[in-house]
Amino acid sequence: MSVPVSHRSAEEIGRTEQGPRPLPELGEQRAPADLSTVDTTIANGLRVIAVRRASVPMVEVRLRIPFADPAATSVGSQHAAGGEVLANTILTGTATRDRIAIDTELALVGSELDAVVDPERLSISGSVLATGLDTVLDVIRDVLTGATYPADEVDRERDRLVERIALARSQPNVIAREALQKHLYGDHPFAKEMPEAEEVARVSREDVVALHAKAVLPRGSVLVLVGDIDPDSVIGTVESVLSGWTGEGTAVTISPLPQVAAGDVVLIHRPGAVQSQIRLAARAVQRTDPKYPALQIANLVYGGFFSSRLVENIREDKGYTYSARSHPEFTPHGASLMIDADTASDVTAAALLETRYELARLGLVPPTADEVDVARRYAIGSLLTATSSQGGLASFLVSLAGLGLDLDWFVAHPERLAKVTVEEVAAAALEFFAPTAFTGVLVGDADKLAPQLKALGGVTLP
Amino acid sequence: MALPELHRFTLPNGLRVVLAPDTSAPVVGVSVHYDVGFRSEPEGRTGFAHLFEHLMFQGSESLEKLAHFRHVQSSGGTFNGSTHPDYTDYYEVLPSAALERALFLEADRMRAPKITQENLNNQIDVVKEEIRLNVLNRPYGGFPWILLPPVLFKTFPNAHNGYGDFTDLENATVEDCAAFFDTYYAPGNAVLTVAGDFTVENATELVEKHFGDVPARTVPERPSFAEDAPKGEIRAEQTDPHAPFPAVAIGYRVPDPVTELDAYLAYLVLAGVLTDGDGSRLQQRLVHRDAIVTDINAGCGLFGPLEARDPDSFTITAIHAPDVPVDRVIAALDEELQLLAEEPPTVEELAKVTARWASTMHREHDRLTNRTLAFGSAELLFGRAELIHELPDRIAAVTVDEVSAAAKALRPDSRAVLIVNPATAGGTE
Repeated sequence: MSVPVSHRSAEEIGRTEQGPRPLPELGEQRAPADLSTVDTTIANGLRVIAVRRASVPMVEVRLRIPFADPAATSVGSQHAAGGEVLANTILTGTATRDRIAIDTELALVGSELDAVVDPERLSISGSVLATGLDTVLDVIRDVLTGATYPADEVDRERDRLVERIALARSQPNVIAREALQKHLYGDHPFAKEMPEAEEVARVSREDVVALHAKAVLPRGSVLVLVGDIDPDSVIGTVESVLSGWTGEGTAVTISPLPQVAAGDVVLIHRPGAVQSQIRLAARAVQRTDPKYPALQIANLVYGGFFSSRLVENIREDKGYTYSARSHPEFTPHGASLMIDADTASDVTAAALLETRYELARLGLVPPTADEVDVARRYAIGSLLTATSSQGGLASFLVSLAGLGLDLDWFVAHPERLAKVTVEEVAAAALEFFAPTAFTGVLVGDADKLAPQLKALGGVTLP
Repeated sequence: MALPELHRFTLPNGLRVVLAPDTSAPVVGVSVHYDVGFRSEPEGRTGFAHLFEHLMFQGSESLEKLAHFRHVQSSGGTFNGSTHPDYTDYYEVLPSAALERALFLEADRMRAPKITQENLNNQIDVVKEEIRLNVLNRPYGGFPWILLPPVLFKTFPNAHNGYGDFTDLENATVEDCAAFFDTYYAPGNAVLTVAGDFTVENATELVEKHFGDVPARTVPERPSFAEDAPKGEIRAEQTDPHAPFPAVAIGYRVPDPVTELDAYLAYLVLAGVLTDGDGSRLQQRLVHRDAIVTDINAGCGLFGPLEARDPDSFTITAIHAPDVPVDRVIAALDEELQLLAEEPPTVEELAKVTARWASTMHREHDRLTNRTLAFGSAELLFGRAELIHELPDRIAAVTVDEVSAAAKALRPDSRAVLIVNPATAGGTE
């Protein structure tokens, strides 16, 4: 490299006359202000959580409608396909507004709304300038009670959806996720995160209208509003605006998942891949379980943040990966522990070996008091930073609400983390992180990977 | 909204400091923006600025390898760094009790980073994995930010791949790192930003305490990267082994955002008129009426607006069905631009864009990470962190005629067209 001016050597740069300096202690931490909040269920069965946080003149809106396939199996079920078409067309027409009118009204109050569906729920999310909240609530009312699903919109979105599904399925991350869910849960509707193109092609406008009438229900659903609002008066507004949204029964929650069964990692061939996706999973416990805070800390020490054993080993020591992490994933009835790492083909088997080694080590050489302390402080502090914005708080609250939890759980959680002992973390490490408890998938070029993975063992080759 | 007051001062060593107190939540953000990005890396060392960013996390005189991460995270904080065309930023966002610690960490690596062969080798491997993840192993990797610049620009600083090619990365030496640090990472070539829950008095004292004795060094003169706009329409084609559908990126040049900000903002508003929301011109025409593209986007800057100096770009990208010729997409786009050039958009069209920008900026401002970084980059590039507060009004002041003029300036005879073909479906021409 051309050197523009004379410069010091790296060694000279790395030292000063004074020498290393001590790390400053932490200062006094101010507690967050108490939140003014209302959490109530209105007459039609909809739970409404309203929180005042007036840092900017905006309101974050999160509506979650449980929207699971009531069938026991996704085989032969059109639910996922119908749900996708519904989500992509619910904001395209009502008796009084067409697609462009909806977009225009929202835009003029600085708002965007988005509808997405997954195996558990239909979510309508967005944000709005505080002065335009009434407009957004009225648009939401209009589509919930009177979405017309215009035939031309359904036709076009159906075609577009087929292309979008093909696009999604060209992403290695999506390929790995679909393979993992299928491997873990078989034909349970939870595993079906995306419909097949031919299923989408069969969805008619009438199907979508019928699905809306049957499944878009207030009872069991939750609406979270966080922002520059008065929680008491906003509840009254929501109650009057959405009173006309009614329906028989309760929105359908996903049925319990089969227990994750330990077993071999299944290798999935992706010809020409230059990098592999390692995706492992095991059983975990829900947030309400007494063991959860210890599990949360054990997970952080394993791979839940940058200063974890897994990242320090396979990234910062060995350079096998850019991204490696572990994290719990929750459903209303249970939880799983997931491990993700993407690694170059020639180091994939070695990365899997280290990933398993660190799993075993977590139980056998359990987290030290220092490791537990770092993880604990991260867990408490990151909860504070992640929920310090309106959007962050709204998203966190709506996901808690989906698990049947409320603001009290959130407010009390730092205390729970503070009480966890090193022994409890060691017990959680031994119980949940045993390598033999895991299974998973590995997506990559089998021609390159097979010899090493065969030698490593515990991998089913294609 | 009551805008938080901004305070600024410059230390004797040249470090510019911006303080943006706001006590609405007990958290604090600290960032350092260095005035060097991948446009400054020399030929034969593509990707070096980004590789060096990784090395800045690998330890400094008072901090062993891994200590930086542990100290941030054990304070309950998060961190990251990113490399842009014209600057490189580093940040921590933490509970406010950790303010001094964050300043200490940034000062220590500004004063005396520890650069070793072992850490360099390790981070070359990590960066190569990052490139495999984000570019080589996925569809549309580097589209358009790596693929379009060599078509739109002719000179090495503007045209080359900022992620770097593997050979160049592997050739990087510790000596290169030392030269790069001494040249570009001088305190006088940086902006320190502190935003969030603190008092100005206390923060000023802590900044002086930790950064005050970072020795001043010569600040390099910033070169101009100016080059002429393309003459004619320059086309290039690429094959993407992972892409299921063809894609196209069309790049134009825009006015200098630093010296002609209001003219630049007209393009920002134009982007909204074209592709923001179902009612926008190109969404209506290409997605819904003609139904020839799956998705279409338009915007200023390859990493977003107002984050690079001149020369900057305006880019339109679309993914379309294999049976739709790319020239049909481009022709429809040209027709829509022509319509806007002949007849300005309505006042209502602009009001929609303006209101959505206002709310976008409120939301950005509410996230401490974004707020801290926005103040820092505005101070570095524009010399005015206040710009962040003024943008909603300046965007609202853009007139329909200015947007029309911007549309007229996106001329077919001065643009770059990058066509991405899937490997399996064959070309579209």
